[in-house]
Amino acid sequence: MKSLADLKISEKGIIKSFSDEALSIKLIEMGCLPGSEIQINFTAPFNGPIAIKVAGYHLSLRKEEAQSISLEE
Amino acid sequence: MSDQPKLKIALVGNPNSGKTTLFNLLTGLKQKTGNFPGVTVDKKSGFVKLPDNRTAELIDLPGTYSIYPKTLDEKIVQEILLDRQNPQHPDIAIVVADATNLKRNLLLFTQIRDLGIPSVLVLNMIDIVQQRNVKIDLRGLSIDLGIKVLATNSHSGHGIAALKKIISQPLLQSNKPFYDVTHLAAETINDIKEKFDLTEDYRAYQYAQQTERIGFIDEEEKGVIRQIKETNNFYDIPTQSQETIGRYQLISDIVDHNIIDPSDESKTTISEKIDKVITHNVFGYVLFFAILFLIFQSIFAWATGPMEFTENLVSQFGRWVQDVLPEGILNDLITDGVIAGLAGVVVFIPQIAILFAFISLLEESGYMSRAVFLMDRVMRKFGLNGKSVVPLISGMACAIPAIMATRNIESWKDRLITIFVTPFMSCSARLPVYTILIGLVVPEKLVFGLINIQGLVLMGLYLLGFLAAIVSAIGMKYILNTKERSYFVMELPDYKLPQWKNVLLTIYNKSKTFALEAGKVIIAISIILWVLASYGPGESFRNSESIVRAELPQNATQAEYETKLNSYKLEHSYAGNFGKFIEPAIKPLGYDWKIGIALITSFAAREVFIGTMSTIYSIGHNDEDEGQIREKLRQEIDPETGEPVYTLALGMSLMVFYAFAMQCMSTLAIVYRETKGWKWPMIQMTYMTVVAYVSALITFNIFN
Repeated sequence: MKSLADLKISEKGIIKSFSDEALSIKLIEMGCLPGSEIQINFTAPFNGPIAIKVAGYHLSLRKEEAQSISLEE
Repeated sequence: MSDQPKLKIALVGNPNSGKTTLFNLLTGLKQKTGNFPGVTVDKKSGFVKLPDNRTAELIDLPGTYSIYPKTLDEKIVQEILLDRQNPQHPDIAIVVADATNLKRNLLLFTQIRDLGIPSVLVLNMIDIVQQRNVKIDLRGLSIDLGIKVLATNSHSGHGIAALKKIISQPLLQSNKPFYDVTHLAAETINDIKEKFDLTEDYRAYQYAQQTERIGFIDEEEKGVIRQIKETNNFYDIPTQSQETIGRYQLISDIVDHNIIDPSDESKTTISEKIDKVITHNVFGYVLFFAILFLIFQSIFAWATGPMEFTENLVSQFGRWVQDVLPEGILNDLITDGVIAGLAGVVVFIPQIAILFAFISLLEESGYMSRAVFLMDRVMRKFGLNGKSVVPLISGMACAIPAIMATRNIESWKDRLITIFVTPFMSCSARLPVYTILIGLVVPEKLVFGLINIQGLVLMGLYLLGFLAAIVSAIGMKYILNTKERSYFVMELPDYKLPQWKNVLLTIYNKSKTFALEAGKVIIAISIILWVLASYGPGESFRNSESIVRAELPQNATQAEYETKLNSYKLEHSYAGNFGKFIEPAIKPLGYDWKIGIALITSFAAREVFIGTMSTIYSIGHNDEDEGQIREKLRQEIDPETGEPVYTLALGMSLMVFYAFAMQCMSTLAIVYRETKGWKWPMIQMTYMTVVAYVSALITFNIFN
């Protein structure tokens, strides 16, 4: 299954579901709703956090956290 | 004067919504920082003069994204808003929302509204919205949300008068919730409402959602709630996601209905362009270290003048008090005890002010979250977190504000490790100790023709502190076991020009908090030390005058007599006895009982070392001129060997000891407050002392 971590820089995707329940609450609160568009803006080196654009603003999260966000194929 | 209880207003909103600017505009300089009772979060409050001449108390609550807390700062918002009995529970909530990001900002607003707290919605940063040609129908928004809505521009102050007028009038608000939670858990809500006599469904629902997190419900009541939830098959996490998604759906419809946004989503914004440079894989780190370097330079270079100025001011004040007050014990206590202690606090204010100027500039501009973003990967290798960067940098000025800055680290384990290792960072109080000892034992030579050895040793000591912090963090990472997850979901706010008024107010408030909090402890310790060093047990202390007189030759001057008497008294005082008592333990490190006294007194604060040394070597009263102390130390001769006491080995060993040892009462006190118990400060002190002792022992033997 495709996750947010698989996107390349500037590539867009649509959020489908979350595989980590506890984390999903925080993500939903921050506006990462199922069905919303999400885009990777830039990443920190050495597998560091990634910066995404969602709901009209910028958010950063770790790579493992991005893996928990599944995208529509 | 009126006996009527004052109108209490809470300012709530997302982080980066311009809440602080609005707070400053509403209250002006009529602000105070204190503590919320029982917790360590700083409480910022101020007074607002309303158009009808009433005065309202405005409380600036920490920024939060929702009523469900993730950090300690956010928890305070939940405790105050959920508990009607809380003394801080507001009569009115001013909910601040960033107009450029309305959907996410409205989530918190709808939750507060459903708690039944009369609220008004303030759309901040309306100027940026207008620049982008976005049209917001305020009236439509007001009707759809069922609440008064107004727009403010915190740069120009536009809208503030209107806001004051609105809060002075009764706020009418429909009892119908914005989002009805009863369809999620009807029975649970009803049972809790009945049991706790609550009116709002959402409040009861929150009791069910946050049972374990709420501090104002006791264990017995929690048991009842658990029972109710079990009977009704209530599961918190799925219900919560359902609730949040449901709220967002309603919000989304309302926002889309009332906002016309012509801007092209795919167009690169200015912030995104700046980010291309600032978070660049190479340049980003270069910039980060350049900023660090600038902070250091200014803490050491720019603070020197103001520090000397305040030091002179306090010592002049001391001399004045000494002359004015009649001679005697009270005079000595005030000048040598209280004012000397006060000087130790005041002298650090310039450094603290400069450090907070930088931190507040970096935070205001939006750079800090980028630094956290860039450093997270590296810090995690050491068991820390990107957010540990701020405390570790602050720790180079003073561990006290640094440890307070760990509060926004969500994960308890990451936060604890950060608190634990921060005191290893070389703080400004170690600097005077290093300066004196380096000047004393390290020759002023150049290596390779240009590098000053003294400077090199100083830098080495800073690196040593940093290494100790990192190594200890790695160790703790493996020792501490926790099931708790560490999150890193963090907003990267748009870059903004810092507002000078906010920066100045931060500097003022933080310096004041430091002076008062640390000041209390340091002054208390100084008084105790003064007593211990001025009084002693037994005959040898009581008869000191006659003993010293007998030891001196007949033709000794009065000055010689007093010098001798002072050092004799110190040796036989309680402090001197302590020094003698620990001498066997510190002998292997090369220290004698006099240094032993300094080690004990330095426990109050490291910089007390110099004051103690100057007393021990009986330099003239109140005169802390460094050059003089250095000369006295240089001339100190070991009575057994006839060699100078302050050799390279002893100097290095002493500096290494100061680099590692936890010699700061105030830091221990703050760790106690932040970890809510004596366990961690005690472990920390033991650990740091052992590291200091062993390292000093090794250093002494290498150089000897």
